[in-house]
Amino acid sequence: MTRKDPSGGLLVSPIKNGTVIDHITAGEALNVLRILGITGSTRECLSIATNVESKRMGKKDIVKIENRELRTEEVDRIALLAPQAKINIIRDYKVVEKKGVEIPEVIRGVVRCPNPGCITNTNEPVASTFEVLDKGLHCLYCDWLIKDDIANHII
Amino acid sequence: MYHIISIRDFERSELDYLLDRAQEFDTGTYRPGMLDDKLVALLFFEPSTRTRMSFATAMARLGGKSISVDSVEASSIVKGETLADTIRVISSYVDAIVLRHPKEGAARLASEFATVPVINAGDGAGQHPSQTLLDLYTIRQSMPVDGIDVGLLGDLRYGRTAHSLALALSLYGVTLHTIAPGGLEMPANIALELRERGMEVVEHENVEEAIRELDVLYVTRIQRERFPDSASYYNVASSYRITTDLLDGVKERLMILHPLPRAGEIDPAVDRTPYARYFEQARNGVPIRMALLHEVMK
Ligand SMILES: Nc1ncnc2c1ncn2[C@@H]1O[C@H](COP(=O)(O)OP(=O)(O)OP(=O)(O)O)[C@@H](O)[C@H]1O
Ligand SMILES: [Mg+2]
Ligand SMILES: [Zn+2]
Repeated sequence: MTRKDPSGGLLVSPIKNGTVIDHITAGEALNVLRILGITGSTRECLSIATNVESKRMGKKDIVKIENRELRTEEVDRIALLAPQAKINIIRDYKVVEKKGVEIPEVIRGVVRCPNPGCITNTNEPVASTFEVLDKGLHCLYCDWLIKDDIANHII
Repeated sequence: MYHIISIRDFERSELDYLLDRAQEFDTGTYRPGMLDDKLVALLFFEPSTRTRMSFATAMARLGGKSISVDSVEASSIVKGETLADTIRVISSYVDAIVLRHPKEGAARLASEFATVPVINAGDGAGQHPSQTLLDLYTIRQSMPVDGIDVGLLGDLRYGRTAHSLALALSLYGVTLHTIAPGGLEMPANIALELRERGMEVVEHENVEEAIRELDVLYVTRIQRERFPDSASYYNVASSYRITTDLLDGVKERLMILHPLPRAGEIDPAVDRTPYARYFEQARNGVPIRMALLHEVMK
Protein backbone atom coordinates (compact mmCIF):
# COMPACT_ATOMS: atom_id res chain seq x y z
CA MET A 1 0.00 0.00 0.00
CA THR A 2 1.98 2.97 1.23
CA ARG A 3 5.24 1.38 2.06
CA LYS A 4 7.43 3.99 0.40
CA ASP A 5 8.08 6.03 3.49
CA PRO A 6 11.86 5.83 3.93
CA SER A 7 11.61 5.85 7.70
CA GLY A 8 10.29 2.36 7.29
CA GLY A 9 6.56 2.53 7.23
CA LEU A 10 3.50 4.32 8.41
CA LEU A 11 3.32 5.35 12.00
CA VAL A 12 -0.41 5.31 11.88
CA SER A 13 -2.79 3.10 10.03
CA PRO A 14 -3.51 3.94 6.40
CA ILE A 15 -6.60 5.85 5.46
CA LYS A 16 -8.90 4.96 2.59
CA ASN A 17 -9.94 8.47 1.60
CA GLY A 18 -8.90 11.85 2.82
CA THR A 19 -5.89 14.13 3.07
CA VAL A 20 -2.38 13.67 4.36
CA ILE A 21 -0.49 16.83 5.23
CA ASP A 22 3.13 15.81 5.21
CA HIS A 23 6.40 17.66 5.82
CA ILE A 24 4.89 20.03 8.34
CA THR A 25 7.51 22.05 10.25
CA ALA A 26 8.17 20.01 13.40
CA GLY A 27 5.93 21.09 16.26
CA GLU A 28 3.38 22.92 14.11
CA ALA A 29 0.87 20.09 13.55
CA LEU A 30 -1.61 21.34 16.13
CA ASN A 31 -1.38 24.90 14.85
CA VAL A 32 -1.92 23.62 11.32
CA LEU A 33 -5.13 22.00 12.50
CA ARG A 34 -6.20 25.19 14.24
CA ILE A 35 -5.60 27.28 11.16
CA LEU A 36 -7.77 24.83 9.24
CA GLY A 37 -10.52 25.29 11.81
CA ILE A 38 -10.26 21.66 12.89
CA THR A 39 -10.66 21.33 16.66
CA GLY A 40 -11.60 18.68 19.14
CA SER A 41 -15.23 19.55 18.62
CA THR A 42 -15.30 19.16 14.85
CA ARG A 43 -16.12 15.79 13.37
CA GLU A 44 -13.02 14.83 11.41
CA CYS A 45 -11.23 11.60 12.22
CA LEU A 46 -7.59 12.57 12.65
CA SER A 47 -4.20 11.06 13.18
CA ILE A 48 -1.34 13.27 14.14
CA ALA A 49 2.33 12.40 14.32
CA THR A 50 4.81 14.93 15.61
CA ASN A 51 8.60 15.04 15.57
CA VAL A 52 8.87 12.16 13.16
CA GLU A 53 12.30 11.54 11.61
CA SER A 54 12.49 12.90 8.10
CA LYS A 55 15.31 12.56 5.59
CA ARG A 56 14.58 15.93 4.11
CA MET A 57 13.79 17.98 7.19
CA GLY A 58 15.42 16.29 10.17
CA LYS A 59 12.12 16.19 12.03
CA LYS A 60 8.63 16.85 10.76
CA ASP A 61 4.98 16.55 11.69
CA ILE A 62 2.29 14.71 9.74
CA VAL A 63 -1.47 15.08 9.92
CA LYS A 64 -3.96 12.68 8.36
CA ILE A 65 -7.56 13.61 7.97
CA GLU A 66 -10.02 10.95 6.99
CA ASN A 67 -12.87 11.50 4.55
CA ARG A 68 -12.09 15.09 3.87
CA GLU A 69 -10.29 16.51 0.85
CA LEU A 70 -8.94 19.95 1.66
CA ARG A 71 -9.54 22.74 -0.85
CA THR A 72 -6.73 24.95 -2.16
CA GLU A 73 -7.83 28.07 -0.27
CA GLU A 74 -7.85 26.04 2.93
CA VAL A 75 -4.45 24.52 2.46
CA ASP A 76 -2.77 27.74 1.47
CA ARG A 77 -3.25 29.09 4.99
CA ILE A 78 -0.95 26.32 6.11
CA ALA A 79 1.90 28.06 4.31
CA LEU A 80 1.87 30.76 7.00
CA LEU A 81 3.02 28.17 9.55
CA ALA A 82 4.64 25.42 7.52
CA PRO A 83 5.76 26.63 4.11
CA GLN A 84 7.26 23.23 3.19
CA ALA A 85 4.10 21.25 3.85
CA LYS A 86 2.91 18.85 1.15
CA ILE A 87 -0.74 18.03 0.69
CA ASN A 88 -1.54 14.50 -0.45
CA ILE A 89 -5.07 13.68 -1.47
CA ILE A 90 -5.81 9.99 -0.83
CA ARG A 91 -8.48 8.06 -2.69
CA ASP A 92 -8.84 4.35 -2.23
CA TYR A 93 -5.56 4.23 -0.25
CA LYS A 94 -3.58 5.86 -3.05
CA VAL A 95 -2.04 9.29 -3.34
CA VAL A 96 -3.99 10.71 -6.29
CA GLU A 97 -2.84 14.30 -5.99
CA LYS A 98 0.14 15.97 -4.36
CA LYS A 99 0.58 19.71 -4.03
CA GLY A 100 2.66 22.22 -2.14
CA VAL A 101 1.21 25.13 -0.23
CA GLU A 102 1.41 28.67 -1.51
CA ILE A 103 1.33 31.71 0.70
CA PRO A 104 -1.98 33.45 -0.06
CA GLU A 105 -2.09 37.18 -0.82
CA VAL A 106 -4.94 37.82 1.57
CA ILE A 107 -6.28 35.80 4.48
CA ARG A 108 -9.78 36.33 5.75
CA GLY A 109 -11.34 35.25 9.01
CA VAL A 110 -8.40 33.08 10.06
CA VAL A 111 -6.33 35.33 12.27
CA ARG A 112 -7.64 37.80 14.83
CA CYS A 113 -6.31 41.34 14.73
CA PRO A 114 -4.30 41.96 17.94
CA ASN A 115 -5.33 45.63 17.98
CA PRO A 116 -8.16 45.98 20.52
CA GLY A 117 -9.24 49.19 18.79
CA CYS A 118 -9.68 47.48 15.42
CA ILE A 119 -13.19 47.49 13.96
CA THR A 120 -12.85 43.77 13.17
CA ASN A 121 -12.82 43.07 16.94
CA THR A 122 -16.37 44.34 17.35
CA ASN A 123 -19.76 42.86 16.51
CA GLU A 124 -19.62 44.24 12.97
CA PRO A 125 -20.42 41.72 10.23
CA VAL A 126 -16.91 41.59 8.76
CA ALA A 127 -14.13 39.05 8.95
CA SER A 128 -10.62 40.06 9.86
CA THR A 129 -8.63 40.58 6.68
CA PHE A 130 -4.87 40.61 6.39
CA GLU A 131 -2.64 41.04 3.42
CA VAL A 132 0.39 38.78 3.61
CA LEU A 133 3.64 40.75 3.30
CA ASP A 134 7.25 39.62 3.70
CA LYS A 135 7.43 41.44 7.01
CA GLY A 136 4.21 39.98 8.39
CA LEU A 137 0.42 40.15 8.22
CA HIS A 138 -0.98 43.62 7.63
CA CYS A 139 -4.55 44.30 8.83
CA LEU A 140 -6.43 45.90 5.96
CA TYR A 141 -8.74 47.68 8.39
CA CYS A 142 -6.47 49.18 11.04
CA ASP A 143 -2.98 48.74 9.48
CA TRP A 144 -1.71 46.69 12.41
CA LEU A 145 1.25 44.46 11.54
CA ILE A 146 1.57 40.96 13.01
CA LYS A 147 5.27 40.23 12.72
CA ASP A 148 5.56 36.85 14.37
CA ASP A 149 3.72 34.28 16.43
CA ILE A 150 0.96 34.04 13.90
CA ALA A 151 -0.19 30.83 15.56
CA ASN A 152 -1.09 32.80 18.70
CA HIS A 153 -3.56 34.90 16.78
CA ILE A 154 -5.49 32.15 15.05
CA ILE A 155 -9.19 32.55 15.73
CA MET B 1 -17.42 54.98 -6.41
CA TYR B 2 -14.73 57.14 -4.90
CA HIS B 3 -14.08 56.83 -1.16
CA ILE B 4 -11.45 58.70 0.81
CA ILE B 5 -10.32 56.36 3.53
CA SER B 6 -6.56 56.33 4.06
CA ILE B 7 -3.57 58.25 2.84
CA ARG B 8 -2.05 54.85 1.99
CA ASP B 9 -4.54 54.52 -0.84
CA PHE B 10 -3.15 57.55 -2.66
CA GLU B 11 -0.41 57.93 -5.17
CA ARG B 12 1.46 61.15 -5.35
CA SER B 13 -0.29 62.29 -8.53
CA GLU B 14 -3.67 61.85 -6.84
CA LEU B 15 -2.58 63.90 -3.83
CA ASP B 16 -1.23 66.63 -6.10
CA TYR B 17 -4.47 66.66 -8.04
CA LEU B 18 -6.54 67.14 -4.87
CA LEU B 19 -4.19 69.87 -3.67
CA ASP B 20 -4.54 71.64 -7.02
CA ARG B 21 -8.30 71.42 -6.78
CA ALA B 22 -8.20 72.81 -3.24
CA GLN B 23 -6.19 75.73 -4.52
CA GLU B 24 -8.85 76.50 -7.10
CA PHE B 25 -11.49 76.52 -4.39
CA ASP B 26 -9.23 78.62 -2.20
CA THR B 27 -8.72 81.28 -4.83
CA GLY B 28 -12.38 81.36 -5.73
CA THR B 29 -12.09 79.96 -9.25
CA TYR B 30 -15.15 77.75 -9.07
CA ARG B 31 -18.88 77.90 -9.67
CA PRO B 32 -20.55 78.56 -6.28
CA GLY B 33 -23.53 76.24 -6.70
CA MET B 34 -21.52 73.20 -7.74
CA LEU B 35 -23.13 70.84 -5.24
CA ASP B 36 -26.47 72.60 -4.89
CA ASP B 37 -28.53 69.45 -5.32
CA LYS B 38 -26.38 67.40 -2.94
CA LEU B 39 -26.78 66.36 0.66
CA VAL B 40 -24.04 64.99 2.88
CA ALA B 41 -24.37 63.25 6.27
CA LEU B 42 -21.76 64.28 8.83
CA LEU B 43 -21.83 61.24 11.05
CA PHE B 44 -19.70 61.82 14.12
CA PHE B 45 -19.48 59.07 16.72
CA GLU B 46 -16.78 61.00 18.53
CA PRO B 47 -16.74 64.65 19.49
CA SER B 48 -15.05 66.99 17.04
CA THR B 49 -15.88 70.61 16.53
CA ARG B 50 -13.29 71.71 14.05
CA THR B 51 -13.43 68.86 11.58
CA ARG B 52 -17.22 68.71 11.62
CA MET B 53 -17.61 72.47 11.20
CA SER B 54 -15.11 72.67 8.41
CA PHE B 55 -16.87 69.91 6.47
CA ALA B 56 -20.20 71.71 7.02
CA THR B 57 -18.65 75.00 5.93
CA ALA B 58 -17.11 73.42 2.86
CA MET B 59 -20.43 71.86 1.88
CA ALA B 60 -22.31 75.13 2.37
CA ARG B 61 -19.77 77.04 0.30
CA LEU B 62 -20.38 74.63 -2.57
CA GLY B 63 -24.11 75.26 -2.30
CA GLY B 64 -24.85 71.82 -0.84
CA LYS B 65 -26.57 70.89 2.38
CA SER B 66 -25.47 68.75 5.25
CA ILE B 67 -27.21 66.91 8.00
CA SER B 68 -25.03 66.71 11.01
CA VAL B 69 -25.24 63.97 13.56
CA ASP B 70 -23.12 64.57 16.63
CA SER B 71 -21.64 62.01 18.95
CA VAL B 72 -24.54 62.01 21.39
CA GLU B 73 -27.21 61.70 18.70
CA ALA B 74 -25.15 59.15 16.83
CA SER B 75 -24.95 56.85 19.78
CA SER B 76 -28.68 57.07 20.38
CA ILE B 77 -29.52 56.46 16.71
CA VAL B 78 -27.60 53.26 16.67
CA LYS B 79 -28.56 51.77 20.03
CA GLY B 80 -26.75 48.52 19.56
CA GLU B 81 -27.08 48.62 15.79
CA THR B 82 -23.94 47.76 13.90
CA LEU B 83 -22.11 50.49 12.03
CA ALA B 84 -22.66 48.40 8.90
CA ASP B 85 -26.45 48.69 9.26
CA THR B 86 -26.33 52.38 10.16
CA ILE B 87 -24.29 53.05 7.06
CA ARG B 88 -26.61 51.05 4.82
CA VAL B 89 -29.59 53.06 6.04
CA ILE B 90 -27.97 56.49 5.95
CA SER B 91 -26.61 55.72 2.48
CA SER B 92 -30.19 55.70 1.28
CA TYR B 93 -30.80 59.25 2.55
CA VAL B 94 -27.78 61.18 1.31
CA ASP B 95 -25.24 61.59 -1.47
CA ALA B 96 -22.12 61.08 0.66
CA ILE B 97 -21.14 60.25 4.23
CA VAL B 98 -18.41 61.88 6.29
CA LEU B 99 -17.57 59.58 9.18
CA ARG B 100 -15.71 60.05 12.45
CA HIS B 101 -15.58 56.91 14.57
CA PRO B 102 -13.56 55.70 17.57
CA LYS B 103 -12.60 52.35 16.04
CA GLU B 104 -9.70 51.95 13.66
CA GLY B 105 -10.78 50.70 10.28
CA ALA B 106 -14.36 51.95 10.76
CA ALA B 107 -14.22 54.04 7.61
CA ARG B 108 -12.95 51.12 5.54
CA LEU B 109 -15.80 49.02 6.85
CA ALA B 110 -18.30 51.80 6.13
CA SER B 111 -17.07 52.02 2.54
CA GLU B 112 -17.87 48.33 2.10
CA PHE B 113 -21.49 48.76 3.16
CA ALA B 114 -22.21 52.23 1.80
CA THR B 115 -23.93 52.79 -1.50
CA VAL B 116 -22.58 56.37 -1.55
CA PRO B 117 -19.02 57.67 -1.16
CA VAL B 118 -17.49 57.70 2.33
CA ILE B 119 -14.95 60.24 3.53
CA ASN B 120 -12.98 59.28 6.61
CA ALA B 121 -12.91 62.14 9.11
CA GLY B 122 -10.79 60.20 11.58
CA ASP B 123 -11.08 56.63 12.81
CA GLY B 124 -9.71 56.17 16.30
CA ALA B 125 -5.94 56.11 16.35
CA GLY B 126 -6.07 55.34 12.63
CA GLN B 127 -6.33 57.57 9.62
CA HIS B 128 -7.48 61.14 9.12
CA PRO B 129 -6.71 61.84 5.47
CA SER B 130 -8.32 65.28 5.16
CA GLN B 131 -6.04 66.49 7.96
CA THR B 132 -3.00 65.20 6.11
CA LEU B 133 -4.11 66.85 2.90
CA LEU B 134 -4.55 70.19 4.60
CA ASP B 135 -1.13 69.83 6.21
CA LEU B 136 0.43 69.18 2.81
CA TYR B 137 -1.53 72.02 1.33
CA THR B 138 -0.28 74.44 3.97
CA ILE B 139 3.32 73.44 3.33
CA ARG B 140 2.88 73.69 -0.41
CA GLN B 141 1.54 77.23 -0.10
CA SER B 142 4.97 78.33 1.12
CA MET B 143 7.43 76.01 -0.58
CA PRO B 144 7.65 73.04 -2.90
CA VAL B 145 7.31 69.92 -0.77
CA ASP B 146 9.99 67.99 -2.64
CA GLY B 147 13.17 67.29 -0.73
CA ILE B 148 12.47 69.50 2.29
CA ASP B 149 13.33 68.67 5.91
CA VAL B 150 10.30 68.11 8.10
CA GLY B 151 10.46 67.63 11.86
CA LEU B 152 7.70 65.77 13.71
CA LEU B 153 7.59 66.66 17.37
CA GLY B 154 5.50 65.23 20.16
CA ASP B 155 3.56 62.02 20.58
CA LEU B 156 4.70 60.04 17.57
CA ARG B 157 3.53 56.79 19.05
CA TYR B 158 -0.22 57.34 19.17
CA GLY B 159 -0.47 60.49 17.07
CA ARG B 160 -2.36 59.53 13.94
CA THR B 161 -1.84 62.89 12.25
CA ALA B 162 1.92 62.45 12.49
CA HIS B 163 1.80 58.94 10.98
CA SER B 164 -0.32 59.77 8.03
CA LEU B 165 1.53 63.00 7.32
CA ALA B 166 4.81 61.07 7.37
CA LEU B 167 3.38 58.52 4.93
CA ALA B 168 2.29 61.27 2.57
CA LEU B 169 5.62 63.08 2.83
CA SER B 170 7.44 59.88 1.92
CA LEU B 171 6.04 60.37 -1.60
CA TYR B 172 7.87 63.70 -1.86
CA GLY B 173 11.46 62.78 -1.10
CA VAL B 174 11.24 64.54 2.24
CA THR B 175 13.77 63.89 5.01
CA LEU B 176 11.92 63.22 8.23
CA HIS B 177 13.27 64.26 11.62
CA THR B 178 11.54 62.68 14.57
CA ILE B 179 11.65 64.21 18.03
CA ALA B 180 9.64 62.34 20.65
CA PRO B 181 9.72 61.88 24.40
CA GLY B 182 10.83 58.47 25.68
CA GLY B 183 7.98 55.98 25.35
CA LEU B 184 6.21 58.06 22.71
CA GLU B 185 8.63 57.34 19.85
CA MET B 186 7.33 56.41 16.44
CA PRO B 187 6.40 52.70 16.35
CA ALA B 188 9.11 50.59 14.71
CA ASN B 189 6.79 49.22 12.05
CA ILE B 190 5.83 52.71 10.89
CA ALA B 191 9.45 53.84 10.77
CA LEU B 192 10.18 50.66 8.81
CA GLU B 193 7.36 51.33 6.38
CA LEU B 194 8.63 54.88 5.82
CA ARG B 195 12.13 53.61 5.13
CA GLU B 196 10.77 50.98 2.78
CA ARG B 197 9.09 53.81 0.93
CA GLY B 198 12.56 55.32 0.51
CA MET B 199 12.30 57.95 3.19
CA GLU B 200 15.26 59.07 5.24
CA VAL B 201 14.20 59.11 8.88
CA VAL B 202 16.50 60.78 11.41
CA GLU B 203 15.81 60.50 15.13
CA HIS B 204 16.71 63.36 17.46
CA GLU B 205 16.99 63.60 21.21
CA ASN B 206 15.63 67.10 21.47
CA VAL B 207 14.25 70.02 19.49
CA GLU B 208 17.37 72.21 19.80
CA GLU B 209 19.41 69.60 18.00
CA ALA B 210 17.13 69.51 14.96
CA ILE B 211 15.36 72.81 14.60
CA ARG B 212 17.98 74.70 12.56
CA GLU B 213 17.87 72.06 9.84
CA LEU B 214 14.13 72.18 9.43
CA ASP B 215 11.86 73.72 6.83
CA VAL B 216 8.76 72.56 8.67
CA LEU B 217 8.28 71.75 12.34
CA TYR B 218 5.08 69.83 12.88
CA VAL B 219 4.10 69.85 16.54
CA THR B 220 1.52 67.42 17.89
CA ARG B 221 -0.24 67.15 21.17
CA ILE B 222 1.30 65.29 24.07
CA GLN B 223 -1.65 63.91 25.97
CA ARG B 224 -1.67 63.77 29.71
CA GLU B 225 -3.37 60.39 29.75
CA ARG B 226 -0.22 58.80 28.27
CA PHE B 227 1.65 59.46 31.50
CA PRO B 228 1.42 57.71 34.87
CA ASP B 229 1.11 60.97 36.83
CA SER B 230 0.89 64.66 36.19
CA ALA B 231 4.39 65.34 37.46
CA SER B 232 5.97 63.20 34.75
CA TYR B 233 3.60 64.71 32.19
CA TYR B 234 4.58 68.28 33.08
CA ASN B 235 8.20 67.30 33.11
CA VAL B 236 8.07 65.93 29.56
CA ALA B 237 5.65 68.54 28.25
CA SER B 238 7.82 71.42 29.41
CA SER B 239 10.97 69.99 27.87
CA TYR B 240 9.22 69.67 24.49
CA ARG B 241 7.57 73.07 24.55
CA ILE B 242 8.29 75.44 21.67
CA THR B 243 9.31 78.87 22.87
CA THR B 244 10.72 81.91 21.08
CA ASP B 245 14.18 81.17 22.54
CA LEU B 246 14.33 78.02 20.46
CA LEU B 247 13.84 79.96 17.27
CA ASP B 248 17.23 81.64 17.23
CA GLY B 249 19.10 80.84 14.05
CA VAL B 250 16.35 78.80 12.39
CA LYS B 251 15.83 78.89 8.62
CA GLU B 252 14.00 81.95 7.46
CA ARG B 253 11.31 79.87 5.79
CA LEU B 254 10.73 77.59 8.78
CA MET B 255 7.03 77.00 9.32
CA ILE B 256 5.61 75.72 12.56
CA LEU B 257 2.43 73.70 12.16
CA HIS B 258 0.08 72.09 14.66
CA PRO B 259 -3.16 70.21 13.97
CA LEU B 260 -4.84 72.07 16.88
CA PRO B 261 -6.25 72.20 19.45
CA ARG B 262 -2.98 72.77 21.26
CA ALA B 263 -2.46 72.26 24.94
CA GLY B 264 0.82 73.74 26.12
CA GLU B 265 3.06 72.57 23.29
CA ILE B 266 3.57 75.99 21.75
CA ASP B 267 4.09 79.13 23.81
CA PRO B 268 1.55 81.77 22.69
CA ALA B 269 4.47 84.19 22.24
CA VAL B 270 5.45 82.08 19.20
CA ASP B 271 2.13 83.07 17.59
CA ARG B 272 3.54 86.50 16.86
CA THR B 273 6.57 85.20 14.97
CA PRO B 274 6.47 84.72 11.19
CA TYR B 275 7.09 81.01 11.73
CA ALA B 276 3.71 80.37 13.35
CA ARG B 277 1.42 79.04 10.64
CA TYR B 278 -1.04 76.87 12.52
CA PHE B 279 -4.02 79.19 12.26
CA GLU B 280 -3.54 79.46 8.53
CA GLN B 281 -3.29 75.67 8.50
CA ALA B 282 -6.65 75.37 10.29
CA ARG B 283 -8.25 77.73 7.80
CA ASN B 284 -7.04 75.49 4.96
CA GLY B 285 -9.36 72.79 6.22
CA VAL B 286 -12.17 74.39 4.26
CA PRO B 287 -10.73 74.43 0.72
CA ILE B 288 -9.34 70.92 1.21
CA ARG B 289 -12.72 69.60 2.32
CA MET B 290 -14.41 71.44 -0.53
CA ALA B 291 -12.09 69.61 -2.90
CA LEU B 292 -12.83 66.24 -1.27
CA LEU B 293 -16.60 66.72 -1.15
CA HIS B 294 -16.68 67.91 -4.72
CA GLU B 295 -14.47 65.09 -5.90
CA VAL B 296 -16.62 62.33 -4.45
CA MET B 297 -19.97 63.83 -5.47
CA LYS B 298 -19.30 65.55 -8.81
N1 LIG C 1 -3.45 5.54 2.35
C1 LIG C 1 -2.67 6.29 3.12
N2 LIG C 1 -3.00 6.48 4.40
C2 LIG C 1 -2.26 7.27 5.21
N3 LIG C 1 -1.14 7.88 4.80
C3 LIG C 1 -0.73 7.72 3.53
C4 LIG C 1 -1.49 6.93 2.63
N4 LIG C 1 -0.84 6.97 1.42
C5 LIG C 1 0.27 7.76 1.60
N5 LIG C 1 0.32 8.21 2.86
C6 LIG C 1 1.32 9.14 3.43
O1 LIG C 1 1.30 10.32 2.62
C7 LIG C 1 2.62 10.83 2.45
C8 LIG C 1 2.95 10.93 0.97
O2 LIG C 1 2.94 9.66 0.40
P1 LIG C 1 3.87 9.29 -0.84
O3 LIG C 1 3.61 7.83 -1.14
O4 LIG C 1 3.66 10.27 -1.92
O5 LIG C 1 5.32 9.38 -0.14
P2 LIG C 1 6.68 10.07 -0.66
O6 LIG C 1 7.06 9.49 -1.96
O7 LIG C 1 7.63 9.96 0.48
O8 LIG C 1 6.23 11.59 -0.88
P3 LIG C 1 7.01 12.91 -0.48
O9 LIG C 1 8.02 13.14 -1.52
O10 LIG C 1 5.91 13.96 -0.49
O11 LIG C 1 7.57 12.69 0.90
C9 LIG C 1 3.54 9.92 3.22
O12 LIG C 1 3.77 10.49 4.51
C10 LIG C 1 2.75 8.62 3.34
O13 LIG C 1 3.09 7.94 4.52
MG1 LIG D 1 8.28 11.12 2.18
ZN1 LIG E 1 -6.92 45.43 12.61
